[in-house]
Amino acid sequence: MSEYLVNIEDERLSFFTPAGEVKALNGVTIRVKEGEVLGIVGESGSGKSVTAYSLMGLTAYPGKLIGGQLYFNGHHINDMTEKQMRKMRGNEVSIIFQDPMTSLNPVYTIGNQIREVILLHTDKTKKEAQERAIELLKLVGINEPEKRLKQYPHELSGGMRQRVMIAIALACEPKLLIADEPTTALDVTIQAQILELMIELKEKLGMAIIMITHDLGIVASTCERIAVMYAGNIVEYGTTEDIFYNPKHEYTKGLIRSIPRMDAKEHTRLIPIEGTPVDMLNPPKGCKFASRCEKCMKICLTEMPPVTQFDEIHYTQCWLNQKEEMEKNGQAAPAADSEEAKGGAANE
Amino acid sequence: MKTNPLSMQLRLDPEDFLPASQEEKQGLVVMRESVGFWKDGLRRLMRNKIAMVSLFFIVVIMIFSFIVPAFYPYRYEQQIKGSENLKPMEYSEKELAQKEAGEDIFPHVLGTDKLGRDYAIRVMMGSRISLIVGLVAAVIILVIGSVIGSIAAFFGGWVDMIIMRIVDLIYTVPDILLIVLLSTVMKQPIEDLATKPGFGWMQMLGPNMISIFIVFALLYWVGMARMVRGQILTLKQSEYVTAARALGAGSGRIIKKHLLTNCIGTLIVVTTLQIPSSIFTESFLSFVGIGVARPTPSLGSLASDAVNGFGTYPHLLFIPALLISLIILSFNLFGDGLRDAFDPKLKD
Amino acid sequence: MLKYIVKRIVIAIVTIFVVATLTFFLMNAVPGGPFQAEKSISAQARANLDAKYGLDKPIFQRYLTYMKDALHGDFSESLKQRGRSVISIITTKFPVSARVGGMAVLLSLIIGIPLGCIAALNRGKALDNVIIVLATCGIAIPSFVICTLLLYFIGAKLQWLPTYGLSSWKHYIMPVISIAVYPTAYITRLMRSSMLDVLGQDYMRTARAKGLSQGVSLFKHALRNAIIPVVTYVGPMLAYTITGSMIVEKIFTIPGLGSEFVSSALNRDYTVIMGTTIFLATLMVLINVLVDIVYTIIDPRIKLK
Repeated sequence: MSEYLVNIEDERLSFFTPAGEVKALNGVTIRVKEGEVLGIVGESGSGKSVTAYSLMGLTAYPGKLIGGQLYFNGHHINDMTEKQMRKMRGNEVSIIFQDPMTSLNPVYTIGNQIREVILLHTDKTKKEAQERAIELLKLVGINEPEKRLKQYPHELSGGMRQRVMIAIALACEPKLLIADEPTTALDVTIQAQILELMIELKEKLGMAIIMITHDLGIVASTCERIAVMYAGNIVEYGTTEDIFYNPKHEYTKGLIRSIPRMDAKEHTRLIPIEGTPVDMLNPPKGCKFASRCEKCMKICLTEMPPVTQFDEIHYTQCWLNQKEEMEKNGQAAPAADSEEAKGGAANE
Repeated sequence: MKTNPLSMQLRLDPEDFLPASQEEKQGLVVMRESVGFWKDGLRRLMRNKIAMVSLFFIVVIMIFSFIVPAFYPYRYEQQIKGSENLKPMEYSEKELAQKEAGEDIFPHVLGTDKLGRDYAIRVMMGSRISLIVGLVAAVIILVIGSVIGSIAAFFGGWVDMIIMRIVDLIYTVPDILLIVLLSTVMKQPIEDLATKPGFGWMQMLGPNMISIFIVFALLYWVGMARMVRGQILTLKQSEYVTAARALGAGSGRIIKKHLLTNCIGTLIVVTTLQIPSSIFTESFLSFVGIGVARPTPSLGSLASDAVNGFGTYPHLLFIPALLISLIILSFNLFGDGLRDAFDPKLKD
Repeated sequence: MLKYIVKRIVIAIVTIFVVATLTFFLMNAVPGGPFQAEKSISAQARANLDAKYGLDKPIFQRYLTYMKDALHGDFSESLKQRGRSVISIITTKFPVSARVGGMAVLLSLIIGIPLGCIAALNRGKALDNVIIVLATCGIAIPSFVICTLLLYFIGAKLQWLPTYGLSSWKHYIMPVISIAVYPTAYITRLMRSSMLDVLGQDYMRTARAKGLSQGVSLFKHALRNAIIPVVTYVGPMLAYTITGSMIVEKIFTIPGLGSEFVSSALNRDYTVIMGTTIFLATLMVLINVLVDIVYTIIDPRIKLK
């Protein structure tokens, strides 16, 4: 179909709650090539997880896809039946969830839960599935796999459980692994181990990864491409270098400023992004970030900004960038027409 | 002329690119009206149709059992000679003759029983008794249960252990058994006590009713105590209480401000749901023949009396039976509504 | 495991002992006695009866005698049904109640669990609302109302089913239904809320993400977790139900333990009261142990301690 493994075009998705329609995604476009690692960054409620879940057909009730096209590995997700989708889940695309404490069923052994997915998607016998499960546990760095397979989730530590979740996700060698904040619930030292493991496995197995996180440090160390999301929009998209060394959107700049730096002088304060996230039930008409943006302009309040493309990959959705680009290209940029601006001001 | 936001082609106005003022930005931040716990709960309750209909029924039944009897032309223990076993709206010959003579005879809306007592007033009185039992028992259980439960939770240690042992013990013994036993046992002493000066009020309520209250008080506090203890223990460990303590708040303030306000929703809900369960038990006791004393009717005893002749006079059984089901149902549904409104975390 | 068994046995003995003691003093605290109400006999005869059953002795001495005999398995004779031992009364009446009650519990599980699941899976839809309303009605309608309605319409008016006794399978239908309504409704509600809880758990999302069908994720992953609260409820409920429903036995004239207990309590048949109380308490304790064991089978997180 195309060179992309994942191709999400202008996805729009809303949750129809009793209080009203919550527009969770307002035209999200994401492309991932085979073997590529994409990071999706944003604060809670920005739509990172919703985007990933919808790709697997796991959108929670009362969410509903209302626009856009979703392609994955040659499948057109929009047209797939639940049955076709089931064949794909756990097989071609897998997911690791945030909280390994609650993501495993407490009443079944680890072995049972790993074998289950192998038996479901392959023709392996029970014995072969058992061997594969042992192999998988070795792969994710769990020692004494035979013993672990007989244990229940509550007998393992958090990091160990996340490794088990990864083993389950990788059981059928998926083309894409979605990691939904895989390390948020873990200790910092365990976090690093798990991330390292994931990248190592990616090198070994050659799958693509979508890493969903609110931790910029994680994406910096693991991802090749980064999408920054805010209130259901991708506000900036680019390579890791673009995002960290040449951020264009005010929100991205704010995020970068708020990271603690090793080379900072003592007593330098971190700069937070002021204000609070938007109310998704009554989103503003224009740019969602406008109310928190230091360089907010009048148009930002009323119109959604268009996409400003900097190079083949790097783009933002911001009026400020749009204005700068227009000026740079010497277009009949509105600001150049100062007389009209004066006239407009005089009318006020 | 401003740009028309509806036009597909954006007309860019230089004025749009002027920095937005702080006020304009603030105009975007639509804060949802913040509502207090009670107001919010009340609003949710009012929106719950089932709960409101139940409340309506409860109010109507209360009016009929507490207010209407005062204006009713018959009394519940009044036996009208010659008017035995009348069907609803039927008149006896004597009454017909009186009517002929121009007297104003109030119809027996629900007929009369075998002793010639007007059934409508008896049913109303029966509902009154059942409601009183339900309400008073619920209050008694609320007070005893929450006091003992909070004592157990606050003192902990051996006090807690002994109380919880007793709770377990009472749970172990089938409650119906203890009720039957206690109410037969206590009938005599309370009757004796009621004849002594200073205890005349007991005569008014009837010794049986008092023994029912005592039985409920002795037995059913356990559920309430367990719940209150659990709530307080959870709250005691919750971080905001620790925070309040760390900020130097005294015990009194913590109890008043944090524990009480957090418990009260649950307490109200559980107490409301206790009312139908007490009415249920009372009707059962009266039906077995150890409930309230004759001639005071309760819905259970009315039904019990009607069982023998119900082949011929089924309405004598169906009316109290229907009413008792209706009362219990209304309280249950209203309680469910309260729970959904004020304490969504409480489940069955 | 051994420690658990020892602990449970000690607790059980203490519980039964305390219950027996309380009951004994409670029923003796009332002035009068079992033969007080019988006007037909003379004062002399009454004194003789009291002497025969040791009722003239001080209460504490009677207590000691009773407990000593009970320890040896002697629960004495009924005071009212002369010549029948308490044990024979229990052994003839309990099986009757247990059969009717056991069937009712079975029925309530067979209907209640699927109904609760169906409601949870159709949350907010019409089917869910219908089930909830029915279940709430089932909880609100007292058993005597259900009994009499069944008796009146099915027994008396339509004459489909016999109305008293237990001589054929047809006789069981109405009593079993009358007893089963409340627990069925309760289990339905319990199952629904616990199922809703489980369906929102992260591991259910994992099951879906694995590509499991709805059926498998429901039967394998959800049901076993959701049934745990039901087990908690069914344990004590089983104890209550198999020892007999007083109301249902009274209305359908079933010679069970429930109606026996009420009449013994009303008649002050001291020995029968004591015997049945001890029997019920023992049964309750046993069933509680059973529930604990079932727990550990269903939920590996729970360890017996």
